[in-house]
Amino acid sequence: MATRTIAGKTVAVNEEGFMTNPAEWTQEIAVEIAKEEGIEELTEAHWKVINFCREVGAASGKAPTLRTITNGAGITTKEMFTLFPKGPAKKVAHIAGLGKPEGCV
Amino acid sequence: MKKLLILGAGTAGTMVANRLNRMLDMDEWQITLVDQDPVHYYQPGFLFIPFGVYSKKDVIKPKRNFIPPQIKLIQSEIEIIEPEHNRVRLTGGLYLDYDYLIIATGADIHPEETPGLAEHEWNQSIFTFYSFEGSVELWKKLQTWEGGRMVVNVVENPIKCPVAPLEFLMLADWFFHERGIRDRVELVYATPLPGAFTKPMASKMLGELLVQKGIHVEPEFYIERADPDEKKIVSYDEREVPFDLLVTIPLNKGAEVVGKSGLGDELNYSPVNKYTFLSDKFDNIFVLGDASNAPASKAGSVTHYAIDLFGENFIRYTSGQKLVENFDGHANCFLESGFGKGLLIDFNYTQEPLPGRYPLPGVGPFTLLEESEANHWGKLMFRWMYWNILLKGQELPFPPTMTMAGKWKA
Ligand SMILES: Cc1cc2nc3c(=O)[nH]c(=O)nc-3n(C[C@H](O)[C@H](O)[C@H](O)COP(=O)(O)OP(=O)(O)OC[C@H]3O[C@@H](n4cnc5c(N)ncnc54)[C@H](O)[C@@H]3O)c2cc1C
Repeated sequence: MATRTIAGKTVAVNEEGFMTNPAEWTQEIAVEIAKEEGIEELTEAHWKVINFCREVGAASGKAPTLRTITNGAGITTKEMFTLFPKGPAKKVAHIAGLGKPEGCV
Repeated sequence: MKKLLILGAGTAGTMVANRLNRMLDMDEWQITLVDQDPVHYYQPGFLFIPFGVYSKKDVIKPKRNFIPPQIKLIQSEIEIIEPEHNRVRLTGGLYLDYDYLIIATGADIHPEETPGLAEHEWNQSIFTFYSFEGSVELWKKLQTWEGGRMVVNVVENPIKCPVAPLEFLMLADWFFHERGIRDRVELVYATPLPGAFTKPMASKMLGELLVQKGIHVEPEFYIERADPDEKKIVSYDEREVPFDLLVTIPLNKGAEVVGKSGLGDELNYSPVNKYTFLSDKFDNIFVLGDASNAPASKAGSVTHYAIDLFGENFIRYTSGQKLVENFDGHANCFLESGFGKGLLIDFNYTQEPLPGRYPLPGVGPFTLLEESEANHWGKLMFRWMYWNILLKGQELPFPPTMTMAGKWKA
């Protein structure tokens, strides 16, 4: 299993760069990965979604799908695309230190 | 008598009923199957109907033919499952109680969930091959279609048989070549995925095959609505893809009755242990086939492998032993790629599809992730195996869990 150093911390990642141990995640890591994903600044609206995904991840051991997020975090699909352009569920899972959402099999 | 009730007599329900009918002591067990539809559809055949490779009669047979006489088959719609009371109510009011319940109500398409799809252009310029009727309508259309821009769009994942849209495109490429109008047809694949397929290696290799065949991929396209008058689809990030002929794979969802009974997630798939298919909520309910939320491909071949292992597990469990967590998510799919060729991909929960050779004594090897004629015959043989071996719950010469034999590691 590969590792990489993000925001000064060495963490385990899979071949697609997703963190494999959510416990290693920190808010600083989130800020750093967000930049890599082209999101310069994480606003309150971003954090609301990230925190929701962290909660779902902790409870189920899985990254939520886009539909779980829009149903659970009180946000529309359109807003999700504005906050996390292109693949929002994948992007937020990446930033939140969760695996790739399982919609993709 | 112990009562086993199976909801849905499609691929999974039929296979498991046959398997358990042979394995259980039928002096002690009573098995009942319920399904609303008297017809069994060979869904993988829907892919071939639009191109005239299969006709209607190749893909439909009476369900009754596949159910052993000891098993009671009730034709009715299921209205609600009441797991607290261990019973199920059918539309019309009849109650069926059970000791063990197997939910096998599958997944179906919901074009009405995307604005603009199932409106006045439905079956005019907007089609699907993900239903029997849809594939027949599309066949009629393709008889006289003179070319233009054909767009294939997957609304949202997961879908049944995630490779079917790619196969459709490659068959379309072949079909229009044969008709001598390929130069007048533009083929476009608009998908929510970042590439041709979900897993990296397969995505790369299939992506290259699409390029060779002149099929354009529009990745990360998450459809918000179709505009049936202006003939375009629009994504959430406001990209527009124009079409002359749209072939949609609408939103797939589990059966409504699962959701209504409090047993589903937001897409009506029922949460289970992905190694044993035991419901997360009730210890006498199992969910097999497309109906569960297990992160395996929603495919008949996956269901078959799962049921290979499930039979023995069910016997163990009902005689008081523990379930063995043994299903590895094994999927093994032949992919039709046109011009008499096909591909084979073989993977599981943790191992992505790799190139190589799939060993099969007597018949194989089949080429993995690479076109060959053998794979095309494998695909066509699958229909015969489906009707004659799989549905009857018999074993195939393939091991149920995945093997690394013949796979080339990077
Ligand atoms: C176009 C297409 C191509 C495919 N290609 C392949 C392929 O190449 N290889 C492969 O392995 N798989 C393929 N598949 C997938 C495969 O067909 C499915 O995975 C498989 O049929 C799933 O079986 P199931 O028993 O879970 O669901 P189904 O076979 O769909 O059965 C569900 C049953 O439940 C019944 N039901 C649902 N709700 C109710 C209710 N409320 N009351 C009563 N009855 C109800 C339905 O009538 C149905 O008979 C393809 C599917 C499609 C659509």
